[in-house]
Amino acid sequence: MNFQLPEIHISLMLPELFLFIWALLIITFDVVTKRKNEHTVGYLALLGLLIDGAILSVTGYGSGFGNMFFNDPMALFFKVIFLGSAFMAIASSFGLMHQKIVNHRGEFYALILFSTVGMMFLSSSDELLSLYIGLELTTIPLFVLAAFFKDDRLSVEAGMKYFVIGAFSSALMLYGISFLYGLSGTTDLVQMKINLAITHLTFKDIGVILSLAVLLILGGIGFKLALPPFHQWTPDVYEGAPTPVAAFLSVGSKAAGLVAFAKIFINGLYAFYGAEMAPNDWGRLVGVGAILAMIIGNVVAIRQTNIKRMLGYSSIAQVGYIMIGMVSMNEFGLTSVGFYMFTYMFANMGAFAVVAFFEDKSGSCQISSYRGLSKTSPFLATSLTMFLLSLAGIPPLAGFVAKYAVFAAAINMATSGVAYHWIFWLVGIGLLTSVFALFYYVNPVKQMFFSKEDSPYKISLSAPAFTVVLIGLIGIVLFGLYPDPILQFASQISASFGFLPH
Amino acid sequence: MLAYLSLAAILFSIGMFGVITRRNVIGIMMSLELMFNAVNINFVAFNKFIVTDSLLGQIFSAFIIVVAAAEAVVGLAIVLLLYRNWQGINSDQVNVMKW
Repeated sequence: MNFQLPEIHISLMLPELFLFIWALLIITFDVVTKRKNEHTVGYLALLGLLIDGAILSVTGYGSGFGNMFFNDPMALFFKVIFLGSAFMAIASSFGLMHQKIVNHRGEFYALILFSTVGMMFLSSSDELLSLYIGLELTTIPLFVLAAFFKDDRLSVEAGMKYFVIGAFSSALMLYGISFLYGLSGTTDLVQMKINLAITHLTFKDIGVILSLAVLLILGGIGFKLALPPFHQWTPDVYEGAPTPVAAFLSVGSKAAGLVAFAKIFINGLYAFYGAEMAPNDWGRLVGVGAILAMIIGNVVAIRQTNIKRMLGYSSIAQVGYIMIGMVSMNEFGLTSVGFYMFTYMFANMGAFAVVAFFEDKSGSCQISSYRGLSKTSPFLATSLTMFLLSLAGIPPLAGFVAKYAVFAAAINMATSGVAYHWIFWLVGIGLLTSVFALFYYVNPVKQMFFSKEDSPYKISLSAPAFTVVLIGLIGIVLFGLYPDPILQFASQISASFGFLPH
Repeated sequence: MLAYLSLAAILFSIGMFGVITRRNVIGIMMSLELMFNAVNINFVAFNKFIVTDSLLGQIFSAFIIVVAAAEAVVGLAIVLLLYRNWQGINSDQVNVMKW
């Protein structure tokens, strides 16, 4: 054994380091000003995210820390999503501060920033150890955030459920990772791909252990992604957690899970995709998960009366669509996954933001209490409608282009060979369930616009709240009509996995 | 090596069984710790017998111990909140939300 210090390029890690220090400063500032600073600390958090975006745009690609930290186009793309969702989550939580967590503003914003740092770190890792650390740094602050309303039974229950499931899933994933380490002798994912293929060719009987490892890791990441059959926690946590936190969970945490999935499965276990790997073929396993996700999410969402719960089930369904893009493993598939996630951020964060503002005013999340909102607050009602229609995939909004890209990629892959014909099933069920989806997305719209009486609530938006809604609207309309720049940007993702079929 | 792997598998199964069947939240957390420790044994055993040219497995298990401790801190804080809101820590009582 000889030890030598690997080359450290600390400048690659600058965005993460900056955000981490900024979060610490925010807590300090909150304590120093004796927590009497109204919204200053929130604006500071937003400013930090903006500066971090600027730093991110000048940070180059490359690898440091002995290949443990790796900046590539995929990392950059997803870091933009993480920063964007954190920005929108923080900006939509200003009204929340007035009611319940007046004394803990600093912690709330700092925890969101810490979680964002974890996600960014995760998306830069190309190695199982740093991937695990990033994943835990993402989820541990989210446990606290979910249980943030200390005297609210719903919130504490959400925190408890999320904690038990989150810790359980990371234990499952770790057990799977330990077997991968034993089989391949490395934790570096690129090296692992080669080693596993060699081991597989040399000894034909590693199948059982490898299947176990694949199942365990799929279970662990499935919990993070809310991919059925590991989705039961999702609606409960979304309903109980503070609304901006639920929004952040549904976009940021989901994107982090996607990155982890892409890194482990497409990089590390690339060799085990395809029919000839029958017992170890993870493509079909994920495909079954995606089908279950689309059916369960879309069907159960129909009978929900609470809008946060409905959005929870809708996010399960969206994971199903994203996973179609993921299992159709060609270049366009990954592009469509990135594009889908990007537009999903605008639509979902926007919808949750409107729900949060309505909850601040009325204290209710029931769909029936939205009755007649279009007469008293037309802007809010119209924007919620736009967000829901984008989630449902109505042209010309961005959600339509995203769904189209995913299905096009899947059909492209399915027609490439007999072995991939099963992907047609995914496309068929996806198209069919989209129709169900329209049904429940339109329900709140019906309540808001086609009701005789006026709503008792008149909601006036504060400046940050207005900004969030505006960002969401611009995002879904602009990238619906003109998706080229983002598609161009997303198409570089597959360059991170430089061996995919075209 | 098989002995170590079997020990880890048995520990992991006990932990998983505990998480699923226990009603006391502290019991669930103890079972979670069992699962993490099973993973540690696995890593150290693989490091000792298969990948002898580096210490990555042992470093990994050290990281897991640290992260599990951090996780336990947050978990215990949530258990305290449960006790304050329900005057008990049985997971059966905690079911305000149902589908």
